[in-house]
Amino acid sequence: MKSLLDWLDHRTGIRSLTREALFENIPGGSRWRYVWGSTLTFTLFVQFITGVFLWMGYSASSGDAWESVNYIQNEMSGGWLLRGIHHWTAQFMPVLLLLHLMQVVIDGAYKAPREVNYWFGVLLLLLVLALSLTGYLLPWDQKGFWATKVATNLINLVPFIGPEMQKLVIGGTEYGHHTLTRFFALHAGVLPGLLVLLIVGHIYLFRRHGITPAEPKRKRDAYFWPDQVFKDVVACLAVMMVVMVVVFSAHGAHLGSPADPSEPFSAARPDWYFLFLFQFLKLPFFAGENEVWGAIYIPGIAVGLICLMPFIGRWKLGHVFNIGIIFVFLGGAGALTYLAKQEDVTGPNSATYLRGVLADTRDADRVTALAKARGIETTALSLLKDDPKTQGARLFAQHCASCHRYDGHDGLGVELPKAGTLAELQSRTTTLSRFASADAVHPEWLARKSATNEWQTVQSVLDEKTEGVFDVIAGIQLQEKQSAPDLKDFATQQWIRDLLDPDKYISARYFGGTTHRDGAMYKKFLNRKVRKYAADEREMLDAIAVALSAEAKLPSQVATDQTSVALIKQGIAYLEDDIGCIDCHAFREPDPDADGPDLTGYGSRQWIIDFVKNPGHEKFYPENNDRMPAFGVKKILTDNEIGLIADWLRGDYYEPTTADQGH
Amino acid sequence: MALGFRFFRKVENQEENQVELSESATADTQGDEIGEPVQERRGFIKFLCAFIGTLISVMPFGAGVWVYLDPLAKREDDDGDGFIKVTTLDAIPADGSPAKFSVVADKVDAWNRFTNVSIGAVYLRLVDGVPKALHTVCPHLGCFVDYRSGNNDFFCPCHNSNFKLDGSMVSGVSPRAMDPLEIRIRNKTEVWVKFQNFQPGHSHAVPVS
Repeated sequence: MKSLLDWLDHRTGIRSLTREALFENIPGGSRWRYVWGSTLTFTLFVQFITGVFLWMGYSASSGDAWESVNYIQNEMSGGWLLRGIHHWTAQFMPVLLLLHLMQVVIDGAYKAPREVNYWFGVLLLLLVLALSLTGYLLPWDQKGFWATKVATNLINLVPFIGPEMQKLVIGGTEYGHHTLTRFFALHAGVLPGLLVLLIVGHIYLFRRHGITPAEPKRKRDAYFWPDQVFKDVVACLAVMMVVMVVVFSAHGAHLGSPADPSEPFSAARPDWYFLFLFQFLKLPFFAGENEVWGAIYIPGIAVGLICLMPFIGRWKLGHVFNIGIIFVFLGGAGALTYLAKQEDVTGPNSATYLRGVLADTRDADRVTALAKARGIETTALSLLKDDPKTQGARLFAQHCASCHRYDGHDGLGVELPKAGTLAELQSRTTTLSRFASADAVHPEWLARKSATNEWQTVQSVLDEKTEGVFDVIAGIQLQEKQSAPDLKDFATQQWIRDLLDPDKYISARYFGGTTHRDGAMYKKFLNRKVRKYAADEREMLDAIAVALSAEAKLPSQVATDQTSVALIKQGIAYLEDDIGCIDCHAFREPDPDADGPDLTGYGSRQWIIDFVKNPGHEKFYPENNDRMPAFGVKKILTDNEIGLIADWLRGDYYEPTTADQGH
Repeated sequence: MALGFRFFRKVENQEENQVELSESATADTQGDEIGEPVQERRGFIKFLCAFIGTLISVMPFGAGVWVYLDPLAKREDDDGDGFIKVTTLDAIPADGSPAKFSVVADKVDAWNRFTNVSIGAVYLRLVDGVPKALHTVCPHLGCFVDYRSGNNDFFCPCHNSNFKLDGSMVSGVSPRAMDPLEIRIRNKTEVWVKFQNFQPGHSHAVPVS
């Protein structure tokens, strides 16, 4: 071994190099406060390693980026861990950078002759921030897409050449393939290359001038090896451990739903260390044309001031001034970051913001499940656009929810875990909970006592102070009053049973808000007859509900329908004879005299599609259609879109089983 | 030693001369034309070195920059009059509240041509029966502006700019009102919108081209 080393040393001089590296004198001996530079070098090393491995699985194009990141995260063994380490280390780097900068400023390590090295450090800080910014876009999810859009739109404000610069940065006028290829080249090539150059220079200059000892020296001088190296590796271990704990508890890094320029994203925010700049731009002073001050000039002046510290430090009180500046910056940035967060959870738009976060997670989980089950033929976004559960709900919200409801909301509400008691609901609405918990509830969202249909705002439930178990939905009360039936569970046995209850029929949940509350169904049948029904007739009605529901062939009732064949047959007999539904409705055969909707195939896919296309058709409400537009005939919705809504209402879409979800 | 001395005398640029010949080195070179390198006046060669060095660096770098600048040379293809069919009149809420509609068109993204994809969205609403269109993108920094049905207004979820239904500013930091888009009604009920993006951050709407 020794002879091998001798041979190598003779040809490379490796021994003297190692000696030089390890036997650096540290005035006053090793100290914990000197570890920050080493932890930063270590985290960069971590990012290089994990980054290169991520690179092996990543594809930078707008049709592939999200898909490849999803594949790394959810399909490749250990992918979540790799991506988690890369993501979370990046989250901690700004903290380490700040600690390092503070240590340098407080110890006066920026002073002559170390100015150039200090500037290298400032450049490195900016480079790391640039790496974070470029990395944020690469997964091509809604979060990265919209946040980076804001960041690149800021470039547009640069005087004279802004629009051209923006075009160069995003590779054209629109976000697309070249935005990703350019960002990726910066993130994985240009910026790391510059970073390595600067680090080499930084460490070379650091060694040339030696460490700046923190006064007073408590111990005698010592070499770098082994005491300081030991402290450094322990610090690096601590950083790595913290990262790992977060990675394991978060199971990797969050991947939002795929970027979609036509879908609003109310939760567009930059990464946490840019939040102060984001909040800064909200200040009224930067309104209108003054924005360039908040976005470019003032941050530029701040960086300039940090660069000038070596010269400011020469004055008598300069060093104290510099330390003051750093604390003012830190305090300001900290306060702005806090304000940004606080506004998101308690501000006037917080209900929408928090709902946006939940909806994005829901869509992301959905598309991941779809990709897992079906594979991605074209893009992940098209999986979502063709998915009834996602797109049907969106179309319902856009076209139907001004009159109808879906479980009290517009179809896009996100169901949250129930609250077992009023106190639990209360505790989940606190500001602290909204800061930290995924189950947090906003007072403006909807809640109801379980097993009732009375949705109200969470706040009004809290004000009533009645105990109970509460359903909670992240959805807001719509401005327009509900004027048409709530279509959650449409055509299920229970839905039809309730429909046939006179009081429920004229409640807001069914036809209370329509002209049908004064129609023949209520007046001549439900109110006049059903109210007086004896027990055996009620049983007949119940059988009719089962029979009629079986017409829908709902995926959720396949098993029940199969076991209820006799009852269904019975129900059809009651429908045709005993109760006489066919006096007003057609069933199985056309009836030109019928004035109620045809009950053949009631609630089936085709029935819903035909109905939505033209509710005024002679099969449905030829005379008494109440305000519902003919979505198909008037070309408001395409056949495909109506089909998506029908499938969504019927619950006819892919749902992963528990076995599918297991990793 | 004598030879070494002669070499020494040949060197004219005394300031740059750092050559120190050791005894042994001098001994090695005695009687030999090959010796230690010396600084001589070779101005032209030095110039050529710098020139060639620059040239061979510029060539690859220049080719790269040329390609990098490609987006500046590209202009948007303008197919027809720029109007895109968005929806029909019946789909716009009759009560005057705005509704969001995706703008679906063909799109070229570098090497791909996509047919019928969402390229953005517009808010449409009826004002006395006449449809009006607003871009959904905030003129401040490009976030997607939300329609808040509860407040019956537009609100940008990024920097809190607040707009009335006609797009005019209520409060906030946006430099201008929401961008109106031209509308044409064709075949009696079809709503066509001239969909274009505008540069954010300016007090006047400048189309992105």
